[in-house]
Amino acid sequence: MAEPLLDIRGVSKSFGGVAANVDISFTVTAGEILGLIGPNGAGKSSLFNSIAGEVKPDQGSIRLDGTVISGLGPVACAARGIGRTFQVVRSFDSMTLLENVMVGSFLRHRNTGTAMAKALDVIGFCGLAARADVPAHDLTPPEKRRLEVARALATEPRLLLLDEILTGLTPTEAQAGVDLIRAVRARGVTIIMVEHVMEVLLPLIDRAVVLNLGRKLCEGTPQSVVRNPDVIRAYLGDRFVA
Amino acid sequence: MTGAAAHTIETRRRTQLLVGAGLLVGLIILPVLIPSPYWRGLMVLVLLYAGLSQGWNVLGGYCGQISLGHALYFGLGAYTSTLLFTRLGIPPTIGLFAGGALGGAAALLVGWPCFRLSGHYYAIATLVFGLIGLLLVENWDWVGAAEGITIPFRQQSWIDLQFRIAVLPFDYAMLAYAALAWLVAWLVEGSRWGFYWRAVKDDSIASRSLGVRVFPSKMAAAAISGAITGVGGALYAQYIGFIDPPSTFGLSLSVLIALPAVVGGVGTLWGPLLGAAVLIPVQQISIAKLGGAAGGVDLMIYGGLILVLALVRPQGLISLFGIRGAAGDAVVENG
Repeated sequence: MAEPLLDIRGVSKSFGGVAANVDISFTVTAGEILGLIGPNGAGKSSLFNSIAGEVKPDQGSIRLDGTVISGLGPVACAARGIGRTFQVVRSFDSMTLLENVMVGSFLRHRNTGTAMAKALDVIGFCGLAARADVPAHDLTPPEKRRLEVARALATEPRLLLLDEILTGLTPTEAQAGVDLIRAVRARGVTIIMVEHVMEVLLPLIDRAVVLNLGRKLCEGTPQSVVRNPDVIRAYLGDRFVA
Repeated sequence: MTGAAAHTIETRRRTQLLVGAGLLVGLIILPVLIPSPYWRGLMVLVLLYAGLSQGWNVLGGYCGQISLGHALYFGLGAYTSTLLFTRLGIPPTIGLFAGGALGGAAALLVGWPCFRLSGHYYAIATLVFGLIGLLLVENWDWVGAAEGITIPFRQQSWIDLQFRIAVLPFDYAMLAYAALAWLVAWLVEGSRWGFYWRAVKDDSIASRSLGVRVFPSKMAAAAISGAITGVGGALYAQYIGFIDPPSTFGLSLSVLIALPAVVGGVGTLWGPLLGAAVLIPVQQISIAKLGGAAGGVDLMIYGGLILVLALVRPQGLISLFGIRGAAGDAVVENG
């Protein structure tokens, strides 16, 4: 088998005595969409922050294309090709949508004209062309989610981390989000996504990793993990286990 | 569709240049039309503060690092060029570059520890650095201590920036200064740095995730800001012909440097110029009408004006023209 794009080995992270991640290991293959699922407090966002370089794992390592990236910090991770969105949207509210996305495209293109052209390209790809000059502050919540995707894509990542970008959307908006994610993957970007909306997530992902109480519960195809007794127990409690 | 958006930013920037050029021509003609030394002197001050505040705005406006210690860079510029002139005979037209370099270097030195602080703590730390500068100069005999330095008149010369009747030449010297400060702001606003500064100000965590190196970005803004302020200090010293610690390192000066940008529109290209054009005349006229005898009434008028503006136009005067400041609408809602 080819070398994985992302290789997580024995990652543990505690915050003030609370173990957010304990000995987590899995790999992500280039080109796949991996779902990271689990109940609230399972440690999904914490693991995201470790992959994106926002926090440094206490133990273990994270490799991108064979190179250790854990502990390098978010700037180095972005430069090496990891893009991300945030669970609570962090748009640059004093800037327009286009200017927001240009902050991303400036990572690979120092010239303002080139950065603008690249940003407009990504904005069009994300279906926001008509909104390019709108201040981020005035965008609707689903548009802000797309802004974050566009901004991350503008950094030309190899791996994109999507943190609950479909949560809180109407079914129509969520379907549009699913279409966008598929289109991103078709561009050759590998995706890890955290999501709660299972009926939207399961048909979309190639593989799922389930976390519970900071530990990896299981991994496999979406069909196999939802039938796994441990997963059902974690989500619903013992009496629902067949 | 997508072309329209590119057009908007590019058109806006081209319009800014055109308006700037038109304004420059107007301001070249203006002092010829106003022979009164009083009004010409007022113009000198407006342009000085427009340039100073434009410099402050690079760090405080675009990058969101509110400094209350810019008098430190101003004072360093004033003293550097003055000492080079009086001790070594180096002309102030060269000395002002040295002053600018020192102002920028000092801003880097202040930024090194202070950019690790956030929000109010950063502002307070810069305030303390400004006060340290004031105390050091006040007690340093070699630079004249509390008595300051009187710059001797050598000869009528543009090289030395000395003129028998100084007002009109300084209208043009300060115009060149304000125009260059504006041009620097225009250039950085449209560059990668300008975008990065605004991103850092709005959300530093999100900016890091896009590869923005936050600390170096702030340091770059500080260096440019401090350098512009230092050059202004050198020009001021030559204009007045006398410098002492309170007039060049004083806390009130730090506030006066920041105010035009704040009143005109924080993080906007035109805010500092507009703010200076409103505030400086109000300040000077109330001093002239009321004098020192009024016991600070001029400052009350000044303060009252700022209060009213803050209540009515929290995004700055520039928003009257439909131009959004970096503070954006969020400020209005919070206000």
